[in-house]
Amino acid sequence: MHEGGNELMESLVSRAGLWFVALLLAIFMFANAVDTGFAIHMAVFGLAALAGLVISLTKSNYKVLATSGAPPPDQSRYDDDLVRSGVILTTFWGCVGFLVGLYIALQLAFPALNLGLEYTTFGRLRPLHTSAVIFAFGGTALITTSFYIVQRTCRARLALPGLARFVFWGYQLFIVLAATGYLLGVTQSKEYAEPEWYVDLWLTLVWVAYLAVFVLTIMKRKEPHIYVANWFFLSFIITVALLHLVNNATVPVSLFGSKSYPVWAGVQGALVQWWYGHNAVGFFLTAGFLAMMYYFVPKQAERPVYSYRLSILHFWSLIFLYIWAGPHHLHYTALPDWAQTLGMVFSVMLWMPSWGGMINGLMTLNGAWDKVRTDPIIRMMVLSLAFYGMSTFEGPMMSIKSVNSLSHYTDWTIGHVHSGALGWNGMITFAALYYLTPRLWNRTRMYSQRMINWHFWLATLGIVFYASAMWVTGIMEGLMWREYGADGYLVNSFAETVAAKFPMYLLRAFGGVLYLSGALIMAFNVWQTIAGNLRQEQPLRQAAYDPNADRPLVAAPAE
Amino acid sequence: MANRRIDEPTGVETVGHEWDGIEELNNPLPRWWVITFWITVLFALGYIVVYPAIPLLGKGTEGLWGWSSRGQLAAEMTAAEAARKPVLDKIAATPLEQIAADQQLLAQARAGGAAAFKQNCALCHGSGGKGMVGYPNLADRDWLWGGSVTDIEFSITHGIRSPGAASTRTSLMPSFGKDGILQDGQIADTSAYVLSLSGKAPSDAVAQRGAAVFAANCAACHGADGKGLRQFGAPNLADQVWLYGGTKEQVAASIARVRAGVMPAWGSKLDPVTIKMLAIYVHSLGGGEQFAAAPAAAAPAPANGNGNAKP
Repeated sequence: MHEGGNELMESLVSRAGLWFVALLLAIFMFANAVDTGFAIHMAVFGLAALAGLVISLTKSNYKVLATSGAPPPDQSRYDDDLVRSGVILTTFWGCVGFLVGLYIALQLAFPALNLGLEYTTFGRLRPLHTSAVIFAFGGTALITTSFYIVQRTCRARLALPGLARFVFWGYQLFIVLAATGYLLGVTQSKEYAEPEWYVDLWLTLVWVAYLAVFVLTIMKRKEPHIYVANWFFLSFIITVALLHLVNNATVPVSLFGSKSYPVWAGVQGALVQWWYGHNAVGFFLTAGFLAMMYYFVPKQAERPVYSYRLSILHFWSLIFLYIWAGPHHLHYTALPDWAQTLGMVFSVMLWMPSWGGMINGLMTLNGAWDKVRTDPIIRMMVLSLAFYGMSTFEGPMMSIKSVNSLSHYTDWTIGHVHSGALGWNGMITFAALYYLTPRLWNRTRMYSQRMINWHFWLATLGIVFYASAMWVTGIMEGLMWREYGADGYLVNSFAETVAAKFPMYLLRAFGGVLYLSGALIMAFNVWQTIAGNLRQEQPLRQAAYDPNADRPLVAAPAE
Repeated sequence: MANRRIDEPTGVETVGHEWDGIEELNNPLPRWWVITFWITVLFALGYIVVYPAIPLLGKGTEGLWGWSSRGQLAAEMTAAEAARKPVLDKIAATPLEQIAADQQLLAQARAGGAAAFKQNCALCHGSGGKGMVGYPNLADRDWLWGGSVTDIEFSITHGIRSPGAASTRTSLMPSFGKDGILQDGQIADTSAYVLSLSGKAPSDAVAQRGAAVFAANCAACHGADGKGLRQFGAPNLADQVWLYGGTKEQVAASIARVRAGVMPAWGSKLDPVTIKMLAIYVHSLGGGEQFAAAPAAAAPAPANGNGNAKP
């Protein structure tokens, strides 16, 4: 046996050995589990380890191992296998997340839809929705696009391909564990950090591996500088690791059970939670997606980025200021006043740093604005940046204490979050998927440009219905809660404010129907593109052409 | 840098970097962006001087204006209490039976009661006081323990079967089926008889068999005619109002197993003036009965003065 073959054989044996140990551990934990949720999750872990074992044993080319060792991967090609899987999974998780969102929106209007089953109550489906859209749809989009972008902007093949596969599929396992946990009632009841301690540990492993793959790819770059998109991706990966570790510091009740209790208690716990929660928005949904924006907008518009200086300044000011803004989620609570004040002023100062990204994105279209008329992908990007700008103005405004005293705990917050999530995160991700799909599968274009246009309008209208319904109902209930009569007594009971929101709940659900149907059209479009079909259709714009008029004028002969 | 070039559509120079075909222009920072950023920074600096902001060893700075969220709450609550005080004092000083004589005071007490009702009572009795299965409707004329304003005040203060409350209104109907006092057949007969009292079931042989059971087991509390006895909170069975449902199965279930609804003794949670206002409000919902000692002209009571009469 050749020396290279020996090394490969050793790496195969150690890899398979690791999976085998993981499988044994899962079986051991399963056998000793003290609650059903934990047992089911250990079974899922065991199946995943078994899959890892089978794949590492069967996918290996033993013939190559026995002779000379496999040829190293072709460093002159980008490693896009994971990106292709990611495009499909992002589309899938998006549709799942939007569907669950629509269902819980309808539950709020029609409580009978809770169906009287513990698994389908709002309390369990709501974290399923938020995690499906943020972590499954958004997270998969981020990992996928970061793997695509970091290779191209570094002009280097992805480092540590085996670990990269572990990152990608390990993250999918995290999603499955989180989602099944919610349905089973396994939760540590921290918003956006619901998964229990063992799932948190798993995500920590995956995330550290993600950081390693990303940093090592940057280190082997062939470009002298690091592109701005990679700054944002790196800040996203590092900060999310930090947030995740601190907020999920818990002590399990039993090593064989799902329940754990947080290290942080009382108002400290609340502050840690919202430091985490706010920066999940800041570094997951803002920094990470700005990285996508910084690559796909200039590529699709075929224009240079507007201002290098602005990108430096808004990057550093954004990441410095964002991390302090969390306490604005705890206005008028037991949190000390000084901390509330700081949370508010850092949020106000965050306004312009956030808008720096919008300016840089929108102004990149200088010299290509005509494409807004003809290219629905550019249109999605423009709308996405517009909603980014809108919600990053709304956020600082809502952090001001006097505004917050009206808006807090109302549906206004839900509207704010969704104008950011549906408008900014959703639209930029759709645009990225439309950009990536034909390139990754070597198609000349998407199956249908017109379907992209339909998707654009359905999603836009959906957001308008959603956001305006939530603004109206949020401000209405805020005013109703604080309404005092002339006699000095509260006018409305809580149930009356809930009843008053019913029509707006219907409008919101209607907006959700539009948004979901747009996403389903996208899923069809992506599927057809991957299948290699091209829809015969009229181009989106065609100037008038009359062949009869297309000839020189000749003087008519006199008769 | 070597690769700098002038971008044709905008006439701006690039920085000279290039990644996968992406270049960057060397545009300056937009002036309005810089100015607005500085304005927000100055606002923040000013704000942290006048409001509590800087954490020190023991506690944070208090700010020039001495504002605190607890202080603001206390000030607002004090102002609201001061505004309500004259009315509350007047209600406290006026005997419950005589509040109705002062139309203005009555309206004020009703408003205060309505607010307290929405915060404390609406969860069970509904925000309009119409109740639901197991929770009595307070807007009709059917009263279990009495519908005069003083009866209502007593019920609110001491509660119904409220554990640990000394003077709470209490009574307990036996679980006739569960405890084996009556056979299933007898319970079915009795429910047929009970329903025949309000004309919901025919007065046939079955009901006649039930009548005998009723006379022996139920009449002591519900009365020989089934019209109830307030002394025991025993409901009128001859009307159309059913707290736990009026189908034959539901009535049989109520006979078989004890229901015994509970309301807390609010006297330990609310102050006497609030309870007074609550009593006025509940009394005004539509089914209030005449005061025993009130002047006839001022009492908003039903014409016959009998809360158990059918509408």
